[in-house]
Amino acid sequence: MDIQEYFSLVINDYTLRTITLGTAILGGVTGMLGSFAVLRKQSLLGDAISHAALPGIAIAFLITGSKDTNTLLIGALISGLIGTFWIRGIVTKTHLKSDTALGLILSLFFGFGMLLLTFIEKQPNANQAGLDKYLFGQAATLVESDVWLMATVTGLCLLVLLFFWKEFKLFLFDADYAKTLGFNTKFIDILITSFIVLAIVLGLQTVGVVLMSAMLLAPAAAARQWTNSLSTMVFLAAVFGAVSGVLGTAISASQNNLSTGPVIVIVASVFVVFSFIFSPSRGLLFRQIRFIANRRDLELQKTLAFMYHIAETHDNISHPHTIKILNNFQGYTRKTLQKLVDKGYVTLDGTMWSLTEKGFETAANLYNQQAIKDE
Amino acid sequence: MNNAQLEIQLIASLVAIACAIPGTFLVLRKMAMISDAISHSILPGLVIGFFITQDLNSPLLILFAALTGVITVVLVERIQKTGLVKEDTAIGLVFPVLFSIGVILIAKNANDIHLDIDAVLLGELAFAPFDRIYLGQTDMGPKSLWVIGTILLITIGLLFAFFKELKLSTFDAGLSASLGFSPVLIHYGLMTVTSVTTVGAFDAVGAILVVALMIAPAASAYLLTTDLKKMLGLAVSFGVFSAISGYWLAHWLDASIAGSITTMLGLLFLVIYLFAPSKGLIAVIYREKQQRTEVSLLTFLLHLKNHTEENERHVNHLQEHINWQKVRAKTVLDLALKNNMILIDNDIVSLTQKGDEFTSKAIDYIITNEDAQIEDMKDDFFLFRG
Repeated sequence: MDIQEYFSLVINDYTLRTITLGTAILGGVTGMLGSFAVLRKQSLLGDAISHAALPGIAIAFLITGSKDTNTLLIGALISGLIGTFWIRGIVTKTHLKSDTALGLILSLFFGFGMLLLTFIEKQPNANQAGLDKYLFGQAATLVESDVWLMATVTGLCLLVLLFFWKEFKLFLFDADYAKTLGFNTKFIDILITSFIVLAIVLGLQTVGVVLMSAMLLAPAAAARQWTNSLSTMVFLAAVFGAVSGVLGTAISASQNNLSTGPVIVIVASVFVVFSFIFSPSRGLLFRQIRFIANRRDLELQKTLAFMYHIAETHDNISHPHTIKILNNFQGYTRKTLQKLVDKGYVTLDGTMWSLTEKGFETAANLYNQQAIKDE
Repeated sequence: MNNAQLEIQLIASLVAIACAIPGTFLVLRKMAMISDAISHSILPGLVIGFFITQDLNSPLLILFAALTGVITVVLVERIQKTGLVKEDTAIGLVFPVLFSIGVILIAKNANDIHLDIDAVLLGELAFAPFDRIYLGQTDMGPKSLWVIGTILLITIGLLFAFFKELKLSTFDAGLSASLGFSPVLIHYGLMTVTSVTTVGAFDAVGAILVVALMIAPAASAYLLTTDLKKMLGLAVSFGVFSAISGYWLAHWLDASIAGSITTMLGLLFLVIYLFAPSKGLIAVIYREKQQRTEVSLLTFLLHLKNHTEENERHVNHLQEHINWQKVRAKTVLDLALKNNMILIDNDIVSLTQKGDEFTSKAIDYIITNEDAQIEDMKDDFFLFRG
C-alpha cells in the first residue's frame, strides 16, 4: 500500500477515517494536558488515574447494564477522580510519599476493577464481552459518535485553557505567588487535574489502561526539549501527540496483527528520543558539541595565557620565543597554535613564535572579561 | 478445603511474603513506582527469552525477564541523569515503551507463543495447582510453589545477610557510603531481587497484583510503626492475611483471586489509613484541629499580656481585634476561662496569675525556639483539652 492509496483510504474508508481522526484528536488533547502534568511533576499521575478508572467502568456497567461508551466513561471519570483525590489525601495527610500513594491507588483500584470484571463475566445475563477492550484499548471499536465526544471535550478543554491561561501559567510555575495574589489555587488545581483525568478517560477506549500514561507524557516530554515557553510547549505537544496518533494508526493499519495502541506509543517515543538527541538547545548531541567547543576554547585561552606570562617578562612583547618552551600541560597543541595564528594573536617565524599587540591585549583581559561576564 | 485450595493459599501467601520484603524497602526508599515499571517492562524480556529457549517453563526465562527489569531501572536512571526530564517522567516513558514492544512481539508471533497478555497482567492463581512438577513418577507439587519458594528463600537469606547494610543505606546513604558499604551495590541488589520476585510471582498472580503486594502491605505497615523490623513483620503478616482472606472472597464471589487479594489489601489499607493511631487520617485531622485551638488560645493570651488598657481587653473588642468569628472567639474564651487562665470582670478580660506565667513561658519558647521548653508546655496544653 503506497502513501497515495493510504490517503484515499483515509478519506473513503469509514473505519480508517474514524480511527485516524480519533487518535489524532486524542493525541492532541493528551499532549496539551500532558504538558501540565509533566511540568507539575505529576507524570505518573496519568498511569495511576488510568488504572483507577477501571472499577468505575465495571460499576457503571453493573448499575446500568448498558455498554454505551458514554455511560461507562462517566463511571471511569468518577472513579478516576476519586483515585486522584485519594492520592492527594494520602500525600497531604500522612507521611507516605507520592510514589507510594500512586502505586497504592494504581494497583488497588486496578485489582478491584479486575475483581468486578471477573465477577461480571460470571453473571448469567451478562453481555459483558467488550468491557476488556478498556484494558488494552481497541482503536478499531471507535465509532463516529466517540470521535464527536472527543472533539467536544477537546474543544471544551481548549476554551478553558484559553480562558484560564494566565492563572494556569502562574499556578504552574509559582503556586505560592498565585495564592498571595488572591487566585483561588485550589480551584485552579482541581480544574487542571479534572481535565487531565478527563483526557485519560477519553483515551482508555483507544489505547487502553496500561499505555495511557505514555500518551500523556511522551508528546509533552518531547515538546519540552524544543522550547522554554509554555504556550509553544503546549502547542508542540499537541502537534506531536496528533502526529503520533495519525502515524501510529497508519503503521498499524498497514500490517496485520498490529494493535494501534502500542504502535502509537512507540511512534510517540521515537519523537521523544529524537527530541532528546537533536533538540538544539537541550539535546544531547548539541550539548556534547557545545561541551567539546568549550573545552577547545578553554585550551586555546590557556595557551594564550601561558604565552602572555612569558611575554610579560620582556620589554618587547613581540620578542620571539621557541615553540619548544610551550608545553602541552597548558593546552598547547599544534592545532591550538595554528588557531591562535589564524586569529592574529600570534605570529610564527620558523620555530619561533611571538605575541602580537592584539594577542597581548586579549590575553591581559582574558580573565577580566570572564569576571565581567559573571557579574 | 481440598488439596488444590490449600496449595493456592500456600502459593498466594508465599508470594505475599516474597513481595512484602523488597516492597518495604522500596516504600522506604521512595521507589514504589519502580516496581510498577518493572512489572510491566519484563514482558519483552519474557517474549525474547521464549524465542531463545522455545520453552515457557525454562528457568532461563525468569533470568531474561529479571534482566529486563534491571535494564529498565538502568534506563530510567540514564534518562534521569541527562537532566532533560524528571525522574517520574523517565519512569513513565520507559515502561510503556518496553511493554508496547512486548505486546507487538506477542501479536506478531501469536501463533508460536501461548503467552496471553491478559495472563501476564492478571495471572491466574486458580490454575497454578495444575502445573505440577514430577520427579520420575512422584508428584512434587505445583511448579509455582517451587519457583516462589526458592525466590523467597533467597530473599530471606539476603535479608538476613545484608540487613544492617540495607537498613543503613536506606536511611542514610551518605553514612553508609562513608563507612565503606556501597549504596550502589545495595541499590542494584534490591532492584535485582525486586525484578526476580516480580517475574517469579507474576505467572501465578499477575503483574498488577505483584505491585499491590509490594506496596500496599508496606505502606499500611508504615502508617503503624517507624521501626524497620516491626514494619517488615507487619507488612509480611498483612500480605499473608490478605492473601488468605482474598482467596476466600474470590471463592465466595466466584471471581478472580488476584483481584480479590488486591481488594482485601485495599480494604486493609483503607481501614489503617483512616484509623491508624497518630498517623491515620482521623488522628491527623483531630490533631490539626487541636493545634489550631492551641495556637488560637496562645494568640489570645499574648494579646491580653500585651495590652494593659481596658478598652483593648473588652470582650467585644477582642473579636474585631484578632479578627475572629464570633463562635471561635467564644470557644477560645470559654477554654481559657475553664483553665483559670483569665478572669472576666464586667466584660473586661484579664490574665490570672497562672495565665500570666503560662504566657511568659510561651513567649520564652517563641523567642528561643528550643524544643526542651515546649515539652513542659505540652503538659499544660493537655490540661485544656480535657
